[in-house]
Amino acid sequence: MVNVKVEFLGGLDVIFGKQRTHKVSVSGNGDVTVGNLIDYIVDNMIKNPRDKEVFIENDTIRPGILTLINDTDWELEGEKEYVLEDGDIVSFTSTLHGG
Amino acid sequence: MTTDNIPNEVLLELEALRRENEALKQKLSSQTELPMSLEEFRRYGRQMIVEDTRGVEGQIKLRNAKVLVIGAGGLGCPCLPYLVGAGVGQVGVVDNDVIDTSNLHRQVLHDSTKVGMLKCESAKDVLRKLNPHVQIKTYPVRLNYSNAFSIFQGYDIVLDCTDTPLTRYLVSDVAVCLGMTVVSASGLGSEGQLSILNFASVGPCYRCFYPVPPPPNAVSSCQEGGVIGPCIGLVGVMMAVETLKIILDIYTLDNFKPFLIQYSGLPNQTLRSFKMRGRQPSCKACGEEKLITRDTIEAGEVNYEAFCGARNYNVCSPEERINVQEFEDSISSNEKLSQILLDVRPHHHYKISHLPNTFNLTVKELRDMEGDMSLLQNEIPEIHNGSEVLVMCRYGNDSQLATRILKDKFNIMKVKDIRGGFFKYIDDINPSLPKY
Ligand SMILES: [Zn+2]
Repeated sequence: MVNVKVEFLGGLDVIFGKQRTHKVSVSGNGDVTVGNLIDYIVDNMIKNPRDKEVFIENDTIRPGILTLINDTDWELEGEKEYVLEDGDIVSFTSTLHGG
Repeated sequence: MTTDNIPNEVLLELEALRRENEALKQKLSSQTELPMSLEEFRRYGRQMIVEDTRGVEGQIKLRNAKVLVIGAGGLGCPCLPYLVGAGVGQVGVVDNDVIDTSNLHRQVLHDSTKVGMLKCESAKDVLRKLNPHVQIKTYPVRLNYSNAFSIFQGYDIVLDCTDTPLTRYLVSDVAVCLGMTVVSASGLGSEGQLSILNFASVGPCYRCFYPVPPPPNAVSSCQEGGVIGPCIGLVGVMMAVETLKIILDIYTLDNFKPFLIQYSGLPNQTLRSFKMRGRQPSCKACGEEKLITRDTIEAGEVNYEAFCGARNYNVCSPEERINVQEFEDSISSNEKLSQILLDVRPHHHYKISHLPNTFNLTVKELRDMEGDMSLLQNEIPEIHNGSEVLVMCRYGNDSQLATRILKDKFNIMKVKDIRGGFFKYIDDINPSLPKY
């Protein structure tokens, strides 16, 4: 069981009841990874199943969404394999294009 | 001639003039040795005395800098005057768009008297008055793969103030090929993002961050999504700060770390700096195997349109659509309205203005009903499979999607899409209604 803060930025909050930050507890035997957290989000936090494609594509985060672990690009932290610790902040932000 | 018969006061006057002449000569010669005019010393004094700019040395760097700004809109407008005011020697402005009234709340270089004028020319007008020492060049063209190289060449830094993924990939690719640093930013609603790409040809590029473009239906524009003027304005001003830091060598190969700044205006203003990945060896533009080169771009082999895709709205046949005149004729022919009028714009758009006797349900709401007629009847009690339904949105795109859902999912066969939507109706039939 790990307690983390999850954020949805760049307009992604629309599929999470327009709430940007969520306190999330993910249970698991042993290590809980960011991959587990993503599964949890898809299974429990996206209310409308049709909105899943806004967040996930081909079993991973949809192109155009950046994933950050404690304000660091998840690419530098091992992506889905990163093992979560209590108090971690995982942020998902949609890329903006307007100018 | 002796000086005896010349009055003393004339001699004194002559002596004074000689001294003044000498002083002027001296002043003139010392001024030609100065790196800039006394007026420029006064003009830039307040920034030169900030120690980090390194005074005159920094000011000369600014004067020698050549910065290209792509887009004179919500980001370009607040950014440009600070670059020009700071004394960046040459500034190019690329924009083929003309000013619309709906731009003015955020594109602060333009004003109400300039509606219809080219944005790049409007910007130049203001900037020239702001600082006559700066050379400003305008490019009233749409940036594309065949003109980008000739426009970019000769500049050191490029500012991406554009508004589509397609141009963002193009700007980044061309900058990588030419070894230019990119200051890239974007904004929508009350949020903004900012990053430095291809820094000194060692930093990550746009493709390193986003190797795969987002699906077209996930991309929202300012026109669709709306934008708060000062929120995008702040991001534009931050672009100017980053550009000055690059020119003044405040960023160095040693201290530069890839980042992405995320600004949120609501509910509390926050500014976060995310630590980002470095250059990706697998990147097609800047990686080990450079598949994207000047040759492939200019030959049109990097197909940006196909790569970024486009939303397909044309899902209705011509028989399934009517024009606004036919719509007007059909609703004004009989006393009592026999058709159901459905407006599928977002509710907050509908609230701004709408036609009487219309129902308001969005495409998403219709789709979520999954063809369940009883759910639809909760919203539109009189609707049934035999109903005649006329569907409109803002411009006639979403209404086509809604028409398809009503016909294919709800089996309501007499559904017609109104071509050009509510705004076309206002233009052609009733201009007294508010457009926004
Ligand atoms: Zn790259």
